[in-house]
Amino acid sequence: MATILAVDDSASMRQMVTFTLKGAGYDVQEACDGSEALKIAKTKKFDLVLSDVNMPVMDGIELVTELRQLGEYKFVPILMLTTESAGDKKMAGKKAGATGWIVKPFNPEQLLNTIKKVLG
Amino acid sequence: MSIDLSQFHQVFFEESFEGLDIMESSLLALDLAEVDAEIINTIFRAAHSIKGGAGTFGFMQVSGFTHVLETLLDQIRSGERDIEQVYVDMFLECVDCLRGLMSDLQAGTEPDMSQADDLKSQFEVILSGDTEAGTEENLAEEPSADGTKPGSQEGENVTTNDSEEKGWKIEFIPCEDVLCTGNEPYRMFRELQDLAEAESDGSIEVIPHLDQLPEFAKMHPEMCYLSWTIIVRSTIELSDIEEIFEWVVDDCKITYKRLADCDLSILEEHHKLGSDSEAVESETIESEVIESELIESEVIESELIESEELGSIPEQAPEIHAAEVNEKIEKALEKVAAKTAPSATKKPATKAAENTSIRVSIDKIDGLINMVGELVITQSMLGQLGQEFDVSRIQRLQEGLQQLEQNTRELQESVMKIRMLPISFAFSRFPRLVRDLSKQLDKEVNLVMLGENTELDKTVMEKIGDPLVHLVRNSLDHGLEGVKERTDNGKSSAGTITLNAYHHGGNIVIEVQDDGAGLNKDKIRSKAIEKGLVAEDEQLTDGQIYDLIFQAGFSTADVVSDVSGRGVGMDVVRRNIAELNGSIDVSSTPGEGSIFSIRLPLTLAILDGQLVRVGEEVYIFPLVSIVESIQLEKSMLNNITGSQFVMQLRDDYVPIVCLQDIFNTDTEKKDLEGAMLVVVEGDNEKIGIVVDELLGQQQVVIKSLEQNYQKVDLISGATILGDGTVALIVDVSGLNNHSSDKKSDEQTQAA
Repeated sequence: MATILAVDDSASMRQMVTFTLKGAGYDVQEACDGSEALKIAKTKKFDLVLSDVNMPVMDGIELVTELRQLGEYKFVPILMLTTESAGDKKMAGKKAGATGWIVKPFNPEQLLNTIKKVLG
Repeated sequence: MSIDLSQFHQVFFEESFEGLDIMESSLLALDLAEVDAEIINTIFRAAHSIKGGAGTFGFMQVSGFTHVLETLLDQIRSGERDIEQVYVDMFLECVDCLRGLMSDLQAGTEPDMSQADDLKSQFEVILSGDTEAGTEENLAEEPSADGTKPGSQEGENVTTNDSEEKGWKIEFIPCEDVLCTGNEPYRMFRELQDLAEAESDGSIEVIPHLDQLPEFAKMHPEMCYLSWTIIVRSTIELSDIEEIFEWVVDDCKITYKRLADCDLSILEEHHKLGSDSEAVESETIESEVIESELIESEVIESELIESEELGSIPEQAPEIHAAEVNEKIEKALEKVAAKTAPSATKKPATKAAENTSIRVSIDKIDGLINMVGELVITQSMLGQLGQEFDVSRIQRLQEGLQQLEQNTRELQESVMKIRMLPISFAFSRFPRLVRDLSKQLDKEVNLVMLGENTELDKTVMEKIGDPLVHLVRNSLDHGLEGVKERTDNGKSSAGTITLNAYHHGGNIVIEVQDDGAGLNKDKIRSKAIEKGLVAEDEQLTDGQIYDLIFQAGFSTADVVSDVSGRGVGMDVVRRNIAELNGSIDVSSTPGEGSIFSIRLPLTLAILDGQLVRVGEEVYIFPLVSIVESIQLEKSMLNNITGSQFVMQLRDDYVPIVCLQDIFNTDTEKKDLEGAMLVVVEGDNEKIGIVVDELLGQQQVVIKSLEQNYQKVDLISGATILGDGTVALIVDVSGLNNHSSDKKSDEQTQAA
């Protein structure tokens, strides 16, 4: 089954995302900020990265930039979890190389639908 | 598939409260003269997370309210707006308001939105000051009101004509680096196909355009040089199609047209080309999706969920055991937590919030697991030894048992550490408190906090919060002088309150120090006389005078102010601290200030005890309270009144009590001479206790008598010894007060 790296500084969001994705059979690993995610991503290649934008230490935009510089992650889909008020964040994310976004607040069904589409 | 989101609520509340704490402390740390962008970022992030979580978990009131807050913060963060004091004050109000909302939600009650609505409209006024319209309306329209999609407008204006061909013609010209964002055109086509084929007669046709392909030598393998025309034959809505291309619409050219309005000559041409172009297309796509094989490497999963489950075990236990109190001693640890839970806070709304879970660093958990591993090794070693045991191997057995003892102790220490939190958790509320109070009292105050990383048991921490608040309030209100009085006395205009925490022996000491006027001895004395607490002609030492402020019903403030004097006196503070097996004392220098020192045990669950025998009974003294143990000699003894003896111990006179007398054990009374005496110290006073025999020292698990039986004076708890018998733990402070009461009784009688 596809592997997903879920990055969010909020523990409740992480739990929700992980619970939902694991329930759907995905293999999920969590990271609580960009730098932790990057460290994990370097040890193992994931099929998809799901990342919050606003995080301490290293934010989501920076994470995408860094990931895209790794050969392994050149074409891996990276989705940003973002709020509707952050239109400019979507663009910044895109510019950094994010595949797309999932708008917060989302419910588990929406999350799964989007991920299914991306992973096929 | 439906997922019950309420299972994540608790974690959400906890992290929201944490976020609010962070917001508060960051707001307080903000220096308006020199704004630190990182602090603003931190505040923004906290608000943002709360909003996101609240929206996700269905608390729309909270997310709606946080939205305006976030919008203003975002403007400040991006430099559109300068931060002003009035904003800081409003943000702080919001923090309080959000705390209230969250507590209500957590308790399962409908939150009162009146304050939130007020604040929200205030924010809206600020925000509308220079943005033309409310942000929310704009945002709602954002996706469709996009000028880059002329096709969409056009398409929507055309009324559906049933006689014509239904469906859409999409021109999709991706940007060259579309693949580098992980957006695979193939995926979008597949989605379109799924969408179209959901209808029985729906279909799509994808026609690639190769005209932009460069010469092979100039071709970059990661670039996309193709563009496509897609014919969708289906009645699907344009918005559904737009959604598929949502992520690429900004950097790719996409136009939509109704099939009815199109010239479909391109199709014929495409069909003529037939399978050739199909082959090229799929081949190209295939080559693009080839990615380097991943190298699987083992990753140790350190999942937070797991650690949090572990961490929450001690917390779940109290609920289970509260009902059936007469459980076995093994559960005493949980019991103590349960005992403290009901009185942990006065606010009923937050009561549910207490004691729910604890956040534990992964290091502590790892240490614990390591320890358990060693325990298992020892156990298997002992098991093996037991199977083929003979006397010659007794030494190995002893070694094994020694190892077991060490393992157990280490394990115990590690488990205890899980409950330990840095005292900064209790200190964190003070910057805000001091800020608000000093404003209210019109005093200038600096707050200094030291030893914030000193660790303390979580339960003790929760119970010490209120007494500390009381002490700090008192210091601010009564201790520190007003600005004028200070400058008149040649002091700096700003007073200083210092909170200091440090370990001392087996205790933690927390000091609340102010550089104010110091305690007014004359005032305390006359007040005490007025209240009938002391006789008019009684001679009192400074220490005894200061001690009077801890008496019930004592208050020296001339005017009972809004700040202190809420009917909770220092007597309650002392009682609260005594309940934690701690003590408080005060020292003061006129004109220089006062220091209140609280001594607390590190944990409530386990005690290092000295076992003593009195008659048939075994009692336990907390080891920390024992000063020394000596054999009495006649030369040390002095008879003061009647049966009351004191002993000269170097420069001190120490009253002597017999436990037999106090606990009425019917053993024959022995001569004091040659008796074994344990000198203990509690409430800063020493007392000698006559016992029959000193037994060993050991760690005992404290079991509450109050919970399982009833409160017994002079006994702080009980434990079960290795042989299964119950031993009582002596309340040393209580014994001290008891003995001084007795002394003064006898003195009064003698007078």
